[in-house]
Amino acid sequence: MDAHVNAPTIVAPKLSVRDLNFYYGSFHALKHINLDIPEKKVTAFIGPSGCGKSTLLRCFNRMFALYPEQRAEGQIMLDGENILQSKLDVSLIRAKVGMVFQKPTPFPMSIYDNIAFGVKLFETLPRVEMDERVEWALKKAALWTEVKDKLNQSGASLSGGQQQRLCIARGIAIKPEVLLLDEPCSALDPISTGKIEELIHELKSDYTVLIVTHNMQQAARCSDFTAYMYLGDLIEFGPTSDLFMKPKKKDTEDYITGRFG
Amino acid sequence: MSINSLDSGRMAMHRRRKRINAIALSLSLGAMAFGLFWLIWILFETFRLGLGGLSLALFTEMTPPPMSETGGLANAIFGSLTMVALATFLGTPIGIMAGVYLAEYGQRTWLGSTTRFINDILLSAPSIVIGLFIYALVVARFKAFSGYAGILALALIVIPVVIRTTETMLTLIPNAMREAAYALGTPKWRVISNITLKSARAGVVTGILLALARIAGETAPLLFTALSNQFWSMDLGQPMASLPVTIFKFAMSPYENWQKLAWAGVFLITMGVLALNIAARVMFRNKH
Repeated sequence: MDAHVNAPTIVAPKLSVRDLNFYYGSFHALKHINLDIPEKKVTAFIGPSGCGKSTLLRCFNRMFALYPEQRAEGQIMLDGENILQSKLDVSLIRAKVGMVFQKPTPFPMSIYDNIAFGVKLFETLPRVEMDERVEWALKKAALWTEVKDKLNQSGASLSGGQQQRLCIARGIAIKPEVLLLDEPCSALDPISTGKIEELIHELKSDYTVLIVTHNMQQAARCSDFTAYMYLGDLIEFGPTSDLFMKPKKKDTEDYITGRFG
Repeated sequence: MSINSLDSGRMAMHRRRKRINAIALSLSLGAMAFGLFWLIWILFETFRLGLGGLSLALFTEMTPPPMSETGGLANAIFGSLTMVALATFLGTPIGIMAGVYLAEYGQRTWLGSTTRFINDILLSAPSIVIGLFIYALVVARFKAFSGYAGILALALIVIPVVIRTTETMLTLIPNAMREAAYALGTPKWRVISNITLKSARAGVVTGILLALARIAGETAPLLFTALSNQFWSMDLGQPMASLPVTIFKFAMSPYENWQKLAWAGVFLITMGVLALNIAARVMFRNKH
């Protein structure tokens, strides 16, 4: 344990956030955030509702750009490029940075087409390769055995947990490098949650995973690094074990021990 | 603690609430019965008088002169089907595209709210006004009643209905669906065509069917535009017969054979509109 604390975590950052400020109209939602997100690790964001953790997540694929009253200032470097710079094509950023949302959102099409839809946006694959890609993505998302005999059925016919794994498969299929998960389990039962947590564990060998969660046990279980946020400030960031076992800040300790507020 | 031990004030309030509920319920049941009474009577009369006029000749023979023994509604049926179909064909794409604009592009813009406001006016405009408008614009200018003018007038009734339903159905699609599509890097036009319009398909089709049902029975806009035609005509540049106008003409006449045909026409329209409404409902229920 001591050795772990003393040894600095030497991992290359995949995403570097520098002096990020975010506004909903005139409301200042994120304040001077600085953060390095290590590559091929799971980073969890925790904090009470309204602390800005989802807002921060939505900066990494510029999701906020859909809404004209929202704006971000500062830098988010992805592989040395500032993704907040408006000149970059937002579609290409989103091809690199996938996202899965709180509620499962299967598209109104078959299970197969749900996966193929995103792939077709960026690649023209012959049928056989597309079949392989769909199978690969569904296997990665631990859904293949459950759906392989009904790929032509509507995505909406699956259960909530299956739908969420379908959404993860859909995100993986376009081969992103970063995966953003915005409370992916909050609408799911404990068994589906368990499956998705296992999946997150698998995914980090290939992807940099960022997860927003309200569930501190979940953050403790499946993340390598944890960031605690409060009222738009990043209070503490570090290896998950350190943050939960010996938080440096009193605020963090109060929150994770439930003495908050 | 039994339920009776609640203090008397609360019990009195509870009894009062139950009384008010009973009164409101019987009033609304009464209102429903009143509406249903007339509706069922209308349907009953339509069946009683319309079924008698049904025959093969109805579909094969032209509208007859007064007091003759034979005759049908073939030209009116053809005219109605043609004009309703073409008006829907013309109005639907315009309506859907405008609805998409309102829901997906111009939701909070000045142009969007103005369009929505004008569309609402058009939606509630009496159809006779639309008929007169096309009369002044097309019929008076070209000095001829024609099927084309009729189609234009009917299309003007279709468009606002389709705009409204398309917009409503699209705004019902949760934003999470759009965000999920955008998160894959999907361009906006594909999000609309492949995701949101597809999700809203059942509702949009329902809107089209309801618009179709509405114009199938419209008389006023056709009186000033397509007029009527006693003979078989497939030329849209000529006046064209239609069921509603023929019914209007025949039902007001003193001739018994015309009146009989008018009832047969009423029966056909009623059945057609009923079928469309049922189709719309079934389609909507299957999706939701």
